[in-house]
Amino acid sequence: MFADYSMSELGAIFAMQGFAGLILFSVFVLMALGLAIIFGQMGVINMAHGEFMILGAYMTYLTSTLFEAYLPGLFSIYFFIAMIVAFFASGLLGLFVEWSMIRHLYKRPLDTLLATWGLSLILQQVYRSVFGAREVGVSIPDWMMGSLPLTDLVEIPINGIFVMVLAVAISLAVYYLMFRSSWGLQVRAISQNRVMADAVGINTAWTDRLTFGIGCGVAGVAGSAFTMIGSTGPTAGQLYIVDTFLVVVFGGAGSLLGTIASAFSISQAQSIMEFFLSGSMAKVLTLLVVVGILMIRPQGLFSLKLRK
Amino acid sequence: MSIASNRLFTRQDIIGFAVLAAVVFIVLPLTLDSFRLNLFGKYLTYAFVAVGLVLCWGAGGILSLGQGVFFGLGGYCMAMFLKLEASTPENTAIQSTPGIPDFMDWNQLTALPWWWEPFNTLTFALLAVVAVPVMFAFIIGVAMFRRRVGGVYFAIITQAFAAILTILIIGQQGFTGGVNGITDLRTLQGWDIRTDAAKETLYYVNGVLLFSCLLIAQFVRKSKLGRLLIAMRDQEDRVRFSGYDVASFKIFIFCLGAAFAGIGGAMFTLQVGFMSPTLVGIVPSIEMVIFCAVGGRLSIIGAVYGALLVNWAKTSLSESFPELWLFGLGGLFIAVVMLFPNGLAGLYADHVAPRIDRLLSRKSADVGPADDTARAAAE
Repeated sequence: MFADYSMSELGAIFAMQGFAGLILFSVFVLMALGLAIIFGQMGVINMAHGEFMILGAYMTYLTSTLFEAYLPGLFSIYFFIAMIVAFFASGLLGLFVEWSMIRHLYKRPLDTLLATWGLSLILQQVYRSVFGAREVGVSIPDWMMGSLPLTDLVEIPINGIFVMVLAVAISLAVYYLMFRSSWGLQVRAISQNRVMADAVGINTAWTDRLTFGIGCGVAGVAGSAFTMIGSTGPTAGQLYIVDTFLVVVFGGAGSLLGTIASAFSISQAQSIMEFFLSGSMAKVLTLLVVVGILMIRPQGLFSLKLRK
Repeated sequence: MSIASNRLFTRQDIIGFAVLAAVVFIVLPLTLDSFRLNLFGKYLTYAFVAVGLVLCWGAGGILSLGQGVFFGLGGYCMAMFLKLEASTPENTAIQSTPGIPDFMDWNQLTALPWWWEPFNTLTFALLAVVAVPVMFAFIIGVAMFRRRVGGVYFAIITQAFAAILTILIIGQQGFTGGVNGITDLRTLQGWDIRTDAAKETLYYVNGVLLFSCLLIAQFVRKSKLGRLLIAMRDQEDRVRFSGYDVASFKIFIFCLGAAFAGIGGAMFTLQVGFMSPTLVGIVPSIEMVIFCAVGGRLSIIGAVYGALLVNWAKTSLSESFPELWLFGLGGLFIAVVMLFPNGLAGLYADHVAPRIDRLLSRKSADVGPADDTARAAAE
C-alpha cells in the first residue's frame, strides 16, 4: 500500500498523522485532567463531566459574542478572559452539585453514577433550551487562524498548536495544585486515609467540595479550549465521556502521570491506525486493546501503592 | 424486604405474581387497542433486561452498564434470521445480487458472509438468541471477575463494550445494516409477523416468556445462590474466606442476566419489526438500569412495573412535550437515587404490603391462628 508514495511523502504523512495524534492527545489530556482529579482522588464517578465541559464551551461562545458586540478592540485576547469565565462557571456549578447531591452519595459510588447521569440529561436539555439544538461555533481571533508551513508538504494549524500549549499549561497548573499546594496535600491525604486526615484537623467535607469544584472548573477550561478546534452542541459532552473514563482508568486512577501517559498512547494508537483503517475500525480496535489491557491489568498503567 | 422465609413463594410473592399476571394477561389486552398493546409488548421486552439487572445489580451488586449489548445481540440474532427469510431471490430480484439482504447489495457485497449462513435455520437462530449473549457475558465475566474487578470499574468497562459494539455495527454497514439496523422484516417461517393478529399472539408469547424468566429469577433469589449473592454484595471478602468461589457465582449471574436480555432483544425484534444500534449503545443501556431502579432494584416484580411505567411515561411525555422528557428522565434518575433507593417496590413494601398483611391476617385469625408465612412476611 505504500508503493504509490515517495519517501518524502510518506514522511510527511506520518508527520501530519503524528501531529493529528498530538492534537487528539491534548484534547484527551484536557478532558481527562478534571476527571483524574474527581475520579482519581475522590473515587466519584461524574457522568456529567462532559456537560461541565460543554458549559465551558458555551461560556466561551457567550464571551466571544459579547466581545464582538461591545469590545471589538479587545477581541484578539477575549479567549483568555473566556477561559477564566469558563473555569468559574463550571467550578461554581460543580460546588453546587457537590453540595446538593454528591456529598450524600459518597458511600454509594454506583448510585452517584446514576444520579450524575440524570444531571447530565437535565443539563443537556437546559443547553438545548437556552442555546438551541444546533451546534454553535465561536469566531476565532485572526492570529489563531492559518497554519505554519514547516516544509512544502507538512503544515501545522496554529489553533492546534494553541490547544497543545494550553494542555501543557493546564497540566502544569494541575500538577502544581496537586503536589505543591496545601490543598493538594490535603486531597492526597484524604484519598489515602480519610479518617486519619479528619483526625489531624483537615476539613474533609470542605476539601471534597473544593476538589469537586476544581475538577469541574478544569473541565470547563477544557471545553473552552475545544471551541478553538470544533463547534459545540448540547449533546457533544456525551460523545467524550466513555473515552475520558477509559483514559483515566487506563492510566491508573490516582496517578496524574498515568493519565497523561495513557492519553498519549491511546491518542497516538488511534490516529496512526486511522490512516490504515477506517475511522470507526481504528476507534473499535483502540478501545478493544485498552479494554483488553485493563482486563489483564485492572489497576491501569501506573498505580499508586495504597493500603486498602 | 427481609428474606425471612425459605419457601419459594411467600404470600406476598404470590400476590405480586398474581397481580402482575392479571395486569399483563388480562387488564392490558382488554383495555388497549392493538397498536397500544404492541407498544406495551415492546416495553415488556425491556422488562427482561430489568429483571436480569435485579439479579446482577440488586442482589449481586454488579452494575452492568452494557446490558444493551446483550439485548442487541439477542435482537440481532433474531433479526438476521428474519432478514434472510425476507430476502428470497424472488423478493430481491431487482438487486444486482438477488438472494442477499438489501443493505448488503447496497454496499456492493456479492455473497452472503460466512457467519450469516447458519442463520438460515430457525433452530440455530433461536439458540443463538440465548447463546451469543451468554458467550459474550461469559468471556467478559471470566476476564473481569477472576481478576476481582468490580464496582465502578466493571460499570465503566461494560459501558465501553456498549460503545464498541455500537461503533462496530454502525461502521460495518455492509454486514450489519449500519445505523439503520436490520429493517423490513416480514415473516417467521411463512407466518406474517406484521398483522395485528400476529402482534397479539407475539404479545402473549412475550408475556409467557417473561413469566418463565420471572420464575427462574424467583427460584434463583430463594435458592442458596440467591442468598450467597446478597452476602457477596454486602461482604465479598467474608464469603470468599468462607470457601466460596465468588467469581463463579458472579459469572453465572451475569450470564443469566445476559440470557434474559437476549430473549428480550429477540422478542423486541419480533414485535417491533426491526433491530438497530440505537438499542445497543450507552444511552439505552443506562436507561435500562433506570427501569430497574425505578421498579426497585431488589424486586423482580417491581422491575417489570418500572420498565412499563418509565417507558409509558417516555412515550406519552415525548409525544406531547418532547423538551420536558429529558428533564423528567434526568429528575427521575436523581430522585430514585436520592429519595427512593428501593424504588416502587420499596414504597409498596413500606406502605401497602403491611396493610394487606394486616387485612389477610385478621381474616385468617377469625378462622384460626395466623400461619407462619404471614408472620414471616410481616416481619
